[in-house]
Amino acid sequence: MANIINKRFIIPVLILFAIVFPFVTQNDYFIHVMTLSFIWMIGVYGLNLLAGYTGYLSLAHAGFFAVGAYSLGLLTVKAQMNFWLAFVLSLIITSVLGFLIGLIALRTKEHFFAIYTLCVGYILYLIIDKWDSLTEGVRGLIGIPAPGNIGPISFETPLSQYYLVLAILLVVILIVYRIVHSLTGRTYIAIRNSEDLALTIGISTMKNKLEVFVLSTFFAGLSGALYASFIRFIGPDIGNIVITFDLLTYLLIGGIGTLSGPIVGTVLVVWISQQLQFLQDYRMLIFGPILTLLVIFYPRGIAGSIAGWNAKRAEKKLAKAQQDERFSQSPISAENQVKEG
Amino acid sequence: MLKLQDVSVKYGSFTAVHNVNLEVSPGQIVVLLGANGAGKSTIFKTISGLNKASSGRIEFEGEPLNKRSPDKIVQSGIVQCAEGRKLFPSMTVEENLKMGAYVHRKNKKGIKESMKHVFELFPILEEKQVDMAGSLSGGQQQMLAIGRALMAKPKLMLLDEPSIGLAPLIVEQMFEVIKTINREGTTILLAEQNANAALRIADKGYVFENGAVVLEGTSEELFANDEIKKAYIGA
Repeated sequence: MANIINKRFIIPVLILFAIVFPFVTQNDYFIHVMTLSFIWMIGVYGLNLLAGYTGYLSLAHAGFFAVGAYSLGLLTVKAQMNFWLAFVLSLIITSVLGFLIGLIALRTKEHFFAIYTLCVGYILYLIIDKWDSLTEGVRGLIGIPAPGNIGPISFETPLSQYYLVLAILLVVILIVYRIVHSLTGRTYIAIRNSEDLALTIGISTMKNKLEVFVLSTFFAGLSGALYASFIRFIGPDIGNIVITFDLLTYLLIGGIGTLSGPIVGTVLVVWISQQLQFLQDYRMLIFGPILTLLVIFYPRGIAGSIAGWNAKRAEKKLAKAQQDERFSQSPISAENQVKEG
Repeated sequence: MLKLQDVSVKYGSFTAVHNVNLEVSPGQIVVLLGANGAGKSTIFKTISGLNKASSGRIEFEGEPLNKRSPDKIVQSGIVQCAEGRKLFPSMTVEENLKMGAYVHRKNKKGIKESMKHVFELFPILEEKQVDMAGSLSGGQQQMLAIGRALMAKPKLMLLDEPSIGLAPLIVEQMFEVIKTINREGTTILLAEQNANAALRIADKGYVFENGAVVLEGTSEELFANDEIKKAYIGA
């Protein structure tokens, strides 16, 4: 079984599945939900780099998500800018803001960092909510255009948007994969392990933390900009702290600090949420306890726990192989002993 | 090479180290002796920049270190091998070693050579190359910690209690390797409770009590000292 669920095998299958998914379902609603899941995944990957690999739990990510979304919305709707130019600018705006906030936030650690970023997220939300003349406040921003044409390809239909978002998600995953398996990724993990230890081997922790913070906000902004162009309407609620906790829930259930965690968690929770729509906010009565149990018993989430079991099984197999070897040798040594005796 | 002048370190209002004067010359092995909490680790952390000295002056090769950040201090050639065999448990032995060469990360060839050198000193690490650092035994972890520090090619290595929690036979091996590393050109500042083993390989020692140096001298002098015998060697 373990051989069938081989990594090399599973990745192409998943990608293939994502590509044929729209043709299999033929259901616009399912395609819509899946596209949304992909958009969330990008944000979750950003959060994962920072919280999962570097050990800094940011609670400001809904804020950065909203900054990305609103930058795109305002630049296209109010400034009438070309879509892709606005798209790039909104990513730059989010990253620069991330850099400035990171400069201050990263002077704190652990709970203080979480609380500080929680406040930052809330301030970002308040600014969007209250700055009526710029953001239209609670009325929200209407009429955000769909992604502009790239050459002959247009992105007006849900299907084309599905593939656009999928393509961007795949690039994001590839980037994260390359980072995690490089010295840079190990540097982040070293910082998560122990910042003092990282310092004593010559890592400039502040520089690396700032780097990953900006990268993380970049992905949050990317996710937000895609959201705005997909839903075509945004309100201040997308910057609400609830969204941060949604992202965090996806990450925790999927597996924090794992590569496949964001995919597993997001798909699972988004689909279950869709099925439980009729419960409205009461569905939190189901998610709350599940999340609590998961954090207590499976703190590494689904992907992390599966990886853990596989490692354990491999270890047991190895131990058993060594034991068998010893058993097969023992009669000979017993014989020798008899002879010697 | 390394010079501490009247260095004091405070944790809040508590003074952990009082007016310490200390000197290490190139090529030496210098040992800091003292019980737990005597201030040895604090001194190490202060030299490597994790703690800031509240007063006094630290000089390395004639340049002041006080204002330098820890990563710059590593770049200038001082590497600390922290107490308690702190490794990256979720990384393999090889990855841990590569992390040690972080300051030389652009020099791929140099890293390979350093790693070969570490494997010569600790052949067991080569065997365990692909194993997770967390799965190693205590002695192997200590070897990996020293190996990782060596990967940075330090001029001065700070070794904090390399013998702690190890079987006597392993301790002996460890001190042999420390001697070899020193002979190959790395100056060593060693913090130890195992005075017997440490003084045997050291040129010079300082005895710490309650954050201050109470005694200093060459290894022979310290070996001959009755107080030391009573307190640390147990003869």
